[in-house]
Amino acid sequence: MATQQDASGKEPNFYEVKRGISSWLYTLDHKRIGLMYLFGIFAALLLGGAFALMVRIELFEPGKTIVGQDAYNQLFTLHGAVMVFLVIVPGIPAALGNMVMPIQLGAPDVAFPKLNMASFYLWCSGALLMLLSIARGAIDTGWTFYTPYSLGSATSVLPALMGVFLLGFSSIFTGLNFLVTVHKFRPQGMGWFQLPLNVWALYATAIVQVLATPVLGITVLLLFVENFMHIGIFDPQLGGDPVLFQHFFWFYSHPAVYIMIIPAMGVISELISTFSRKPVFGYRFIAYSSISLALLSFLVWGHHLFVSGQSRLATMVFSALTFTVGIPSAIKVFNWVATLYKGDIRLQTPMLYALSFVLLFTIGGLTGLFLGILAVDVHLHDTYFVVAHFHYVMMGSTLVAFLGGMHYWWPKIIGRMYPERLGQLCAAGVFFGFNLTFLPQFVMGARGMPRRYWDYDPEFKIFHQLSTVGAVVLGVSIFVQGIYFLWAAKNGARANDNPWGSSTLEWQAPTPPTLYNFTTPPELRELYNYDHFEERGELDWVYADPKNSDDAAEEPASSGH
Amino acid sequence: MKTLSSSLCSARSIAGTPPSASSRRSAARVLSLVAVLLTGGLAFAQPAAPSAPEPAAAAPAADAVGADGAAPAADAAATPAEGATAVAPAPAPAPPAGKAWYDLEAAKPHNTEGTYWLPKPVNRVASDSDMMFYSVLAMSFFFFFAITIAVIYFVVRYRHRPGRKPEPSAAHNDALEITWTVIPTIICVFLFWFGWRAYVHVATPPLKAVEVQVLAYRWGWNFTHSNGVQDADLHVPVNTPVRLVMTAKDVLHSFFVPVLRTKQDLVPRRYTYMWFEATKPGTYRLYCTEYCGRDHSQMKVKFVVHTPGGYERYLADKAALSSNMPPLELGKMLYEKKGCNACHSLDGSPRVGPSFKGTFGGDVPLSDGSSIKMDENYIRTSILNPLSQSRPGFPPSMPSFEGQLKDKEIEGLIEFIKSLK
Repeated sequence: MATQQDASGKEPNFYEVKRGISSWLYTLDHKRIGLMYLFGIFAALLLGGAFALMVRIELFEPGKTIVGQDAYNQLFTLHGAVMVFLVIVPGIPAALGNMVMPIQLGAPDVAFPKLNMASFYLWCSGALLMLLSIARGAIDTGWTFYTPYSLGSATSVLPALMGVFLLGFSSIFTGLNFLVTVHKFRPQGMGWFQLPLNVWALYATAIVQVLATPVLGITVLLLFVENFMHIGIFDPQLGGDPVLFQHFFWFYSHPAVYIMIIPAMGVISELISTFSRKPVFGYRFIAYSSISLALLSFLVWGHHLFVSGQSRLATMVFSALTFTVGIPSAIKVFNWVATLYKGDIRLQTPMLYALSFVLLFTIGGLTGLFLGILAVDVHLHDTYFVVAHFHYVMMGSTLVAFLGGMHYWWPKIIGRMYPERLGQLCAAGVFFGFNLTFLPQFVMGARGMPRRYWDYDPEFKIFHQLSTVGAVVLGVSIFVQGIYFLWAAKNGARANDNPWGSSTLEWQAPTPPTLYNFTTPPELRELYNYDHFEERGELDWVYADPKNSDDAAEEPASSGH
Repeated sequence: MKTLSSSLCSARSIAGTPPSASSRRSAARVLSLVAVLLTGGLAFAQPAAPSAPEPAAAAPAADAVGADGAAPAADAAATPAEGATAVAPAPAPAPPAGKAWYDLEAAKPHNTEGTYWLPKPVNRVASDSDMMFYSVLAMSFFFFFAITIAVIYFVVRYRHRPGRKPEPSAAHNDALEITWTVIPTIICVFLFWFGWRAYVHVATPPLKAVEVQVLAYRWGWNFTHSNGVQDADLHVPVNTPVRLVMTAKDVLHSFFVPVLRTKQDLVPRRYTYMWFEATKPGTYRLYCTEYCGRDHSQMKVKFVVHTPGGYERYLADKAALSSNMPPLELGKMLYEKKGCNACHSLDGSPRVGPSFKGTFGGDVPLSDGSSIKMDENYIRTSILNPLSQSRPGFPPSMPSFEGQLKDKEIEGLIEFIKSLK
């Protein structure tokens, strides 16, 4: 551990240890890497959001509103590709997970700091290739790259494919790193069932990242080869099978949905417990349901192909398997709601996001049932109903959890508070704007509005207009957060070590943490037990050790449920 | 906005504030949360109310004719709407001489009847699908409101107040958790089973059915009937099973008629199938729902269900028309029905491909640098083997029509292009 101390006798925090641009570029510190990820991901989020707003504004009127067909096709493709590959997949694991997960384990860093840095630079290279593809004539294939369309597109598909390939490896490296970290860096006395649920979720996610993402790499590589050498893998004119591409693609991309949602569930478990001041109800059920979601996620890709021409038998089996993922998701929602029972609920910004998440994820999950039912799916497939459904899960759930986690851990990592009222206002704006954007899409989808349409029939106009207005509210709410986070990093009130009274280990670290996170080894206490925390002042909690009080009978390090 | 921001007051300054002020503030806080949640819930509930006004269902009646006018097949042939569909806003001009009755049928404003959620089904096998949709909708509302009410109740009841501590309660309860694992499991088994049963009907065609061959291309449809009649709109008989044998020419497409409640992708060099039995004569929408490029959203045509006897009349009249048509008119019809109009304009403006106007007889440059005289042979080769003489400035994306046009039809197209001075 770093031993140099500054004049005041305090060990410098991880910002002060080294300064200068090269100290950031060559850093192996998980917090700095996480912060750089956060910066990049937020920039990509604003870019993807700008594409989304342009798509929505184009759809304000039937026919041409601001852009023509070709530009529209490029916009929705870029929106999807940027949001999925650059924002949501790495969002919680690589940014929040990197910053927080090792500290939650009481560890000085991740298991492989250099691999962590490599993963970040792969993300940067992937992002650069994506930008290159945009500059050279942005792709118009849809983020799914379906063949044979992507084989004949005149736009720059190849740089984008290379970008996706590199981003995939970035994701694999992060997953591998986290798996080893969780196995090897747990402190003595922290068993599997004393892991914070956020760590459980990141662990489950890492399994999927390591096992599923290579398939994406292979698929992209095959598409690359097909494009250059015309072998006849996917191209029907050469005897290839375009539906095979869909199987390969969704074999990754369906598990990828769980790469996006499982870490969000972990964040929400932390938030609901902390702000209800109650242990998470049914800890083991939530932990097991993360793992079972991760495993089941590999078995359901065929539900993207119900109308693609796959065999009826496969269609039946995939429909049955699809329903199994509904069960662990339902368990989690019930457990979160039960956690609120008899709690002491504080509606600070992170909690507003957590409650938004519970409601939005419920809608996202319930509308998934419609799509799992074969007879109903053949009507709803490829309509706006599907668009609304996956935005409720990807954005209404994952992005909302990401924003909730940002607000929750921001004081610890940055050392300063964000403006609380503005935060609450933006949380409300996100909730309203989001519902206004996507609820109308369920209705127009059920009525038969196909997705990826530049033009539409007049009967859908009112829904598109409501949706566009909602998207603007949503966009403004998120943009304002970007501004106030930057503002707060310099001007916010200084944060205390434990502003929320949380029980996990990262709140025992100094604020901001030192280079190796802890100056004294963290003390293992009973997880999610808030009985001995006392509110010393505004946003300042301390742990009153029962050993030092009169009633010394209790054993603080005792664990179990 | 001001009231919202002031009511969303911070929860952090609890300790140390006088009880009266802070209880007022916490009440405001709770109210604001209830408002947030309720409005979200209402936004979800509003569409379900059966008495809710149906702006989208009512509005298009007036717009539909205007929108159809933009479609190339419909030109100015707006006809007085019949039945319950819509009221035409203006007296229709007399149909042009070239318009056959079945094309006028297809040009009618489409039927927009339906509930708030779904258009009225016209497929005999769709009733199961709609029953499932509404059952799951009801169940979703039940669970959503149960969860929302529980969240709101807990947040209000157990909100933080100064001096309040969380009440002790169990951290887990196996019986409860097993209950809420088993109940969703049972529901899911039922949903799967009924969904699968209903799907079997939708997916299994009867032995005897009228067959139509479907070819989708960028960006249009070609429907070939049993007697060789081809059309860009799909005409089918009422109360008769119809089976579609479908394939695509270039990229993936998907056949979607919302009122039929079914959908099937079309894959190049492979046949896919679907079937239906239409129950109500009328004109409906037919969309492509698999993204296929630039004019994906323009790849929508009409689905016409004929009254008894109408389909047979359609086949006979249409066959007679194309065999007796003068070449020029045949070419004009094919220009529209075969989708040439998607890429080639008649007014001199370039689209994906060059315009047909005033090009015949002159020299055209080719991509390889040479030039060639635009004569009958050039046009014939361009239709059958377009990439052999593609033009600079246009993407080499035109598909071959080899095997899809009879010689007589090619001659018709040549006459038509010749006529465009």
